[in-house]
Amino acid sequence: MSAEFDIAETLDVKGASCPMPVVKTKSAIDDLAAGEVLEVVATDPGSMSDIDGWADGTEGVELVDQTEGDDVYNHYVRKTE
Amino acid sequence: MSTDTPDAPAENGPAEGAPSRAELAARVDELEDALAEATAEDGGKKMSIIATKGTLDMAYPPLILASTAAAFGYEVTVFTTFWGLDMLHEERSKSLQLSSVGNPNMPVPNAVAALPGMDRVTTKMMEKRITDNDTATVEELLETSLEMGVEFQACQMTIELMDYDEDDFYDGVTTGVGAATAIQDMAEADIQLLV
Repeated sequence: MSAEFDIAETLDVKGASCPMPVVKTKSAIDDLAAGEVLEVVATDPGSMSDIDGWADGTEGVELVDQTEGDDVYNHYVRKTE
Repeated sequence: MSTDTPDAPAENGPAEGAPSRAELAARVDELEDALAEATAEDGGKKMSIIATKGTLDMAYPPLILASTAAAFGYEVTVFTTFWGLDMLHEERSKSLQLSSVGNPNMPVPNAVAALPGMDRVTTKMMEKRITDNDTATVEELLETSLEMGVEFQACQMTIELMDYDEDDFYDGVTTGVGAATAIQDMAEADIQLLV
């Protein structure tokens, strides 16, 4: 895992399942300024594919990193514009 | 002078009836304006869902897809008709039922599933699973979708057919719309779904 970015905000969606991790990530990213990185902590294994797909198909966001721990999935999303 | 091309035209000008350079330039300007206008109008991505079912299990797909598409930046419209209206009905949305008959994946045979009260039992089972798994409820998904700007429409003809009142629906639900509104929406949408 790389730590070459500062985390501006952390969103805890542990326990939540589809579609909430993506939906809440979107709302949280709206509150950030351009350039800032949001950390999303989830327990939903589907969030790995879903947040990747969401970031890929959504303008103004970029997936910086994803890591997988013991039943915990961390996502780092940057607001680009 | 060679005599190899005896049939060459005397002049190199445009053929009879062809548009002049000025006419072509005007036509290009016209097309560029039309293109700019079309691009400006069609800025955002759109999704149109027609939701016709009112069972507990069938309320989920349109609500999950609508909220997720909104997260992608889609402008989403969910047009509900017949039992699809129930998910927008403030009272009825809280007691959507799961049908225990006609579903071969149910843990009980149809003959038992058809007994009085069985829908209640299977619905309770599903509600317990929803709670245990921290799955969002229909109400939560609906409220989240509304907050994200999803437009929910309730078909006027079926509101009257089902004898519902416009005030029965959640705040923010659009009433007084019909099939033509849905067609117009679908025609403009990038994704169209019938659920």
